[in-house]
Amino acid sequence: MPQEVGRNAMTPALSLENITKRFPGVLANDRVNLTVAEGEIHAICGENGAGKSTLMNVLYGMLPADEGRIVVGGEEVHFRSPRDALAAGIGMVHQHFMLADNLTVLENIILGAEPTVRGGRIDFTGARRRVTELGDAYGLDVHLDEPVENLGVGERQRVEIIKVLYRGARILILDEPTSVLVPHEVEELFRNMRDMCARGETIIFIDHKLDEVLEIADTITVLRAGRTVATVKPDEVSPRDLAELMVGSELPTPEARTTSVRDTVSLQVEDLSVLDDDEREVVKEISLEVRRGEIVGMAGVEGNGQVEFVEALLGIRELSQGRVLLEGAEINEWSVRQRREAGIGYIPEDRHRRGLLLPAPLWENAMCGHQGKEPYSRKGFWLTPKAARAKTRELIAAFDVRTPGPDVAAHALSGGNQQKLIIGREMIMTPNLLIAAHPTRGIDVGAQAAVWETLHLAREQGLAVLLISADLDELIGLSDRLLVIFRGRISTSLDPATITPRELGAHMTGAAGEVEEMQHA
Amino acid sequence: MSPRASHRLPTHRRLTLALAAPVAALILSLAVASIALVLSGSNPFPAYGRMFSYGFELETLVDMVNRATPLYLSAVAVAIGFRMNLFNIGVEGQYILASIIAAQVAAELSLPAPLHLTVIILVGMATGSLWALIAGVLKVTRGIHEVISTIMLNAVSISFVVAMLFRRWDVPDESLNQETAEIPPSGRMPNLNGLAETFTREIGKGRVLWGFVIVAIIIGILYWIYVARTRPGYDLRASGINPLAAEASGVSPKRTILVAMALSGAVGGLVGLPEVLGRDYAYGLQFTQNLGFAGIAVALLGQNHPGGIAIGALVFGFLDSAAPILDVHGDAPQEIVEIMKGIIIFAAVITYVVVQRRREAEEARAASLAMTSTESDPPPDTPSDASEPDTRPAT
Repeated sequence: MPQEVGRNAMTPALSLENITKRFPGVLANDRVNLTVAEGEIHAICGENGAGKSTLMNVLYGMLPADEGRIVVGGEEVHFRSPRDALAAGIGMVHQHFMLADNLTVLENIILGAEPTVRGGRIDFTGARRRVTELGDAYGLDVHLDEPVENLGVGERQRVEIIKVLYRGARILILDEPTSVLVPHEVEELFRNMRDMCARGETIIFIDHKLDEVLEIADTITVLRAGRTVATVKPDEVSPRDLAELMVGSELPTPEARTTSVRDTVSLQVEDLSVLDDDEREVVKEISLEVRRGEIVGMAGVEGNGQVEFVEALLGIRELSQGRVLLEGAEINEWSVRQRREAGIGYIPEDRHRRGLLLPAPLWENAMCGHQGKEPYSRKGFWLTPKAARAKTRELIAAFDVRTPGPDVAAHALSGGNQQKLIIGREMIMTPNLLIAAHPTRGIDVGAQAAVWETLHLAREQGLAVLLISADLDELIGLSDRLLVIFRGRISTSLDPATITPRELGAHMTGAAGEVEEMQHA
Repeated sequence: MSPRASHRLPTHRRLTLALAAPVAALILSLAVASIALVLSGSNPFPAYGRMFSYGFELETLVDMVNRATPLYLSAVAVAIGFRMNLFNIGVEGQYILASIIAAQVAAELSLPAPLHLTVIILVGMATGSLWALIAGVLKVTRGIHEVISTIMLNAVSISFVVAMLFRRWDVPDESLNQETAEIPPSGRMPNLNGLAETFTREIGKGRVLWGFVIVAIIIGILYWIYVARTRPGYDLRASGINPLAAEASGVSPKRTILVAMALSGAVGGLVGLPEVLGRDYAYGLQFTQNLGFAGIAVALLGQNHPGGIAIGALVFGFLDSAAPILDVHGDAPQEIVEIMKGIIIFAAVITYVVVQRRREAEEARAASLAMTSTESDPPPDTPSDASEPDTRPAT
């Protein structure tokens, strides 16, 4: 496209033209075009590995493009580093926050861009005034003198956003900002985003949660395999259209199945109560059973006792009362290891916290939880790295983990691939009972469909699954039975075949008295 | 399809990255030491030259190995703790206590030679182990941080040694030295002069190559096997990397702390024995102190790796054994060596981080390549793709 530099209202805030980025032998971005209008929220969707991150890294000056032009506010720019990008008014909020925990919010915001008065002292008064102005102007509510370590995730994110605004960014890149937030925080973030746009900021928003994208974006660009496949308006497409654009084919449907529930009870929980670290009873007299070949969905908003309940089932946390039976045998006194070796598989709710040894190679991660079993070790004592690597290769192939091989450290993988590795390492050892907590959190629709398919198949072969989730589609689509956990109790039991997502959501938030009565009527 | 390790970074690249840190540390330390020498009015180059030529004389090399042996053991003891994120500062107290008790037991026992020696070594290990376990038990039951408890235990054990040495176990003899009773020949560690001399010339100047170096090598090998090849070793490392994930995988955090402290202490209990069984045949006032603290530095330098620690111990042993020549000729004060050691550790720690980041970045790039490359291949359900990774260079 020839020069058409006219500084009028129609000049896009930003345009990327034919951006191509090659890694040796691979096209990560193949003539990608992106035009972002001023003051809009522009969502970029795509599967893991579609080239979103590469594109953003090019835009943010972290990688040089091999071909193509970047035009900001009508002028072509060449970025050598994020510093150049910032100077041109482009700022990025990363998915994982980069904050110093022991500094206050104010100190974090000005860190690296401290205003100074003569003598090199930091001008805290001036900084405070500016940051307060920014916060007020954009409706971003933060406590400037609070140490960051005391902050919740949502507030940390606001600090990151203010940090970028403070550095003068007019175009914000938000990399999967909602992946770490709970629903009401997402709402607040969206409110903030709208406020920012109303004041002329432009937002580029990377996400793969389709409902969110459709809710917030003004324009959506879909990337697939390094190419721009479509740029659409949210009111022109359905979630399903969008998903198919991303995946490039028709999605498998996780519904329409026959029952495979057997008679044998795999997990039986009787009157289980658990205390949290502050000795509060957070799980109250829960009783449930999961049969072989059955997926029991435990629906609930986070923080209603699910974490403690799972820890109690695994033997990490002591019970204050009740019994847990596995295949009819009481396991109250069993250690975590005994339980794992008896065939309890576990997909943790937070893959980084409870799931992975990030700096360790994939094969050592694959054996984590099965380290006493063949092929990972012999006689439960001698490790067998060669066989473990072979098994890991098998896992990588079977579960489509995108990695160069089993010796790569786990932190080199993207979130979706880490999750596939965790699911693979449990499933490949054919557990009897799988405790799956938020198994598809933070992964794209393609990977999500694969996980659902995996759980589905395993269930048909007789696996008992306790599915803890807050994802309504997942719960309804997968479960044979639904239990709602609310404030530590099972508040109700539902039939996934008849319930709607709206009703289930109402039950999860405890605002469903009337809905329940309707059902029983 | 032979699954070769082509998906790792290329071997030469890995090697370069592995060697970059220690080499950089060494060069930096020489540079800083040179500045210190110039400032103190000495000419660094003749000083280094003299250290170098003296340092590689056979007798000095024997000193080097003798010095490196206890350093190595001490560093392995510390490294076992580090692997589990435990900071065992108590090696100091563990080895001093283990040494005097082993020396006393050795003097009082009379057993045939190999058995006698074995018992002494086991007594040393058991003592160190039990002493370290106190800190482990305190941590597991009362939540007391091991740094605090091991520091306090160091003070206790040193006081205990002083009390025993001056009151109970001192043998009045013609020397003015306070010493435990002499260990009979059956309890002494044979030296390796004979073995070494088959490869070299005769070792002169009354130098003796302590046989305990063999024990140190065995401990090093056992340490490697334990950490890299056994499940308990894996549990230990996993707990060190991510205690919560390890716990969910079935590793008991409390148990692992106790095991790590016990093993660390057992190796720590050996640190003083090369001297006791190879040179003094008793525990006395001439006994070398501070090896426990030096071990922390060596473990850091060797990155807790059995091979890396060996190199670290030998470098420190070399510096210590070559330094005295500086004072003899008045080229420079031999304390310059302490500056060099300090800078080496300092620089090593920094360069390790730099190299680590570099390696992580290269790995991440390789991984994202794998991702995009398998993606651009049309059917995602060809597992052969992933099991036969492409051989493109990572850079």
